[in-house]
Amino acid sequence: MRLKLVKENTNFDFFGRWKLWLGISLLMMMIGFGSYLYQGLNFGIDFRGGTTIRTESTQPVDIAAYRDALEGLELGDVSISEVFDPNFRDDQNVAMIRIQAQDGQEAVTVDTIGVLETALHSIDPDMKFPSVESVGPKVSGELIKTAALAVVLAIGAVLIYIWLRFEWQFALGAVAALVHDVVLTIGVFSELQIKFDLAIIAALLTIVGYSLNDTVVVFDRVRENLRKYKKKPLAEVLNISINETLSRTVMTSVTTLLALTALFVLGGDVIRGFVFAMIWGVIVGTYSSVFVASTILLYLGVKRDWSKTDPKAGGQYANIDA
Amino acid sequence: MLQFESWKRVLIWITCLVGLLLAVPNGFYTRVEQHNDAVAAIELGADTPENQEMAAQWPSYLPSSLVNLGLDLRGGAHLLAEVQVADVYQARMEATWPEVRDALRPLRSTVGTIRKQPSPVDELRVRIGDVAGMQLALETVRALARPVQSLTGIGAFDIAVSAVDDVIVVTLSEAEKLATDERTMQQSLEIVRRRIDEVGTREPTIQRQGTDRILIQVPGIGSAAELKAIIGTTARLTFNPVVNRTNDGNVIAGAGNSVIPSIDEPGQFYVIENAPVVAGDDLVDAQPSFDQNGGAAVSFRFNTAGARRFGNYTADNIGSPFAIVLDNEVVSAPVIQSHIAGGSGIITGRFSVEETTNLAVLLRAGALPAKLTFLEERTVGPELGQDSIDAGKVATMVAFVAVLVFMFLSYGLFGVFANIALIINVGLIFGLLSLVGATLTLPGIAGIVLTVGMAVDANVLVFERIREELKTSKGPARAIELGYEKALSAILDANVTTFITAVILFVMGSGPVRGFAITLGLGIITSVFTAIFVTRLMVVIWFERRRPKTIEV
Repeated sequence: MRLKLVKENTNFDFFGRWKLWLGISLLMMMIGFGSYLYQGLNFGIDFRGGTTIRTESTQPVDIAAYRDALEGLELGDVSISEVFDPNFRDDQNVAMIRIQAQDGQEAVTVDTIGVLETALHSIDPDMKFPSVESVGPKVSGELIKTAALAVVLAIGAVLIYIWLRFEWQFALGAVAALVHDVVLTIGVFSELQIKFDLAIIAALLTIVGYSLNDTVVVFDRVRENLRKYKKKPLAEVLNISINETLSRTVMTSVTTLLALTALFVLGGDVIRGFVFAMIWGVIVGTYSSVFVASTILLYLGVKRDWSKTDPKAGGQYANIDA
Repeated sequence: MLQFESWKRVLIWITCLVGLLLAVPNGFYTRVEQHNDAVAAIELGADTPENQEMAAQWPSYLPSSLVNLGLDLRGGAHLLAEVQVADVYQARMEATWPEVRDALRPLRSTVGTIRKQPSPVDELRVRIGDVAGMQLALETVRALARPVQSLTGIGAFDIAVSAVDDVIVVTLSEAEKLATDERTMQQSLEIVRRRIDEVGTREPTIQRQGTDRILIQVPGIGSAAELKAIIGTTARLTFNPVVNRTNDGNVIAGAGNSVIPSIDEPGQFYVIENAPVVAGDDLVDAQPSFDQNGGAAVSFRFNTAGARRFGNYTADNIGSPFAIVLDNEVVSAPVIQSHIAGGSGIITGRFSVEETTNLAVLLRAGALPAKLTFLEERTVGPELGQDSIDAGKVATMVAFVAVLVFMFLSYGLFGVFANIALIINVGLIFGLLSLVGATLTLPGIAGIVLTVGMAVDANVLVFERIREELKTSKGPARAIELGYEKALSAILDANVTTFITAVILFVMGSGPVRGFAITLGLGIITSVFTAIFVTRLMVVIWFERRRPKTIEV
């Protein structure tokens, strides 16, 4: 017997309460955006400059002692946090120390790092520093601009592609879903104060790609069904299409989440934030392709008379007999 | 649709086979890496039995390209340096002053006194005593201009000369600035490369980025600080005329001069002219040696142009001292005893033998034409990299097995087809990565894991569609055919959009992010290929053999 996550011939009504779903999405977006305005993102050094040092010691991490050791060095804002990971050995105690960008310097100087390491060695002479990263304010400023540009470009490119392959209403629906996903992801990073660095931008763009993937599959079916059921109202056609693709939507989300969960638990602490963003994005992206993209499409309405004009208007597969 | 022509079948299997074959070396990473190193060494002439033995570890008929491991996996140091190209303008302006002075000197009767004025570093300002002579003075100075030597600057001259009241302002022309920047960058890149090569580490990356930046990545090095020490910051050698010796570091130097300390006599300062007689760029050789008293020294030799200038200067200034200046410190300031022709000489000082060896290396590699500022530096220890690889391996295996089991449970036999395709898919990704010599980073591993999750999507689309078509009871053959046909547009649209974002990531991103974009992008290509060709071919072959009356997907 087959494992079936979604039973055959579902007939859920996805639009009966469309105002409620859209309202929830709007509320979530507002909370996310509010959180971003109120407490801002916990930017990593990629975006605000500064230095991070990863320390590894056989003795337990005593954050207060670390802070005391670094107190007299006048490094400005110092943050120290312990890192946990199931992969660590019993005597492997790891902490991350972040210091702000130093006045008048781009990347931190050799001397500053030397002083820091000496100070930390007073706690544990055998302490190791498996990674030291330093980004100057000049580069971090550029990185944040490039990153923002990348996200905007990606969304723009997709808007154009879908507009060409479908209709502008589809494109707007898809982009609304993307904006929804990006805002919610930034919101969750702001709310939980997870470190937001360059890798998270990569994750954001992947979420854009994934959410789109999902939306496009639903839209593809909508396009097909619009030709098949010419008399049915749009809401019904949308509902049929989502129900027909529901099994696939769930299957793909589950396989992707399975893979990502493995990476989240076992992939090490270095990329955990990155993987978290993607897991969140897959969940939000799946939700948004049904409840945001399609709802917006319903709201905007679609031109229904394609078949009478050019049979190829819907793209190169539009003439496939349905 | 269920008919596959035989040439297509052969082509599909060959593609898979070649892809997998290319991926094989990555399964024996250390062994193949040693083999490659040994082969390279033998080619360079180090044909030792050890190297032969290392080379024999991997058969030569198999492919030996490997996926490069990024710094975050291998450990090493990453530096982003900005070359202060404007430094060179200052040197150029300083060198122009003696020329301008010498050109105007014979015209004193018309232009009056000539005085250098304080000015921004990329300008030369000369005040003349008699404004009436300005026209002649400008013409004379303009005559010193030389055509710019670059492809883009043809027809332009290197300096721009204008007059402000009684002051002549000389600046570098825009075309010359561009040409100078370009030369400075080329020189800096070359020098950084040579210095890193002297240390002999494996596969360093030294790349120009944008107009004035250099990206330096050296795997296996202990820290960015170590790397900085190797590159050095300036090591600029010049020979300057000495105006005065003093014990007062705050003495007023006068226009065109500066006060700099002695390297080994504390409290001793020299006032020197900023415009050097000869600079380190004119050096062709430097070797550690000994002076006549047996003290450690560095002997050097100039090229023809440098030798001529040095010869003329020493002939004109017998009896006066000149300073050998290294990174703004006077190494020594000997008195010129005689005309030094031939362009070779010796630098003595209180050096140890080791210091002279290092100094000779630095001088030989050439001075950096401008200062480097480090904008970004990252060090990853090799243990952390190894931990990341191990964690990545385990995570990928678990993800893989989870997806395989899930697919089998959901789709039975068709799930097995999809699973075989998925294994081929991951093999193809590694094969392609090795083929294009891409770099695998930690986010890149995440990209592969994500692909494992998403790669089945295309198959899921098809299988779900076949299920739907079966419901309308068209018979299995027709259902499979329609399933593939109708799912195709969704598969293409969905993957093209994801591919667009991967391309944008690749273009805009850098370092690890770019590594992620590469695996994601290649993963999309291979997963579409495996879904619409490999899985389908397997389904078709199975269907031809069994001819089932009913199928369950």
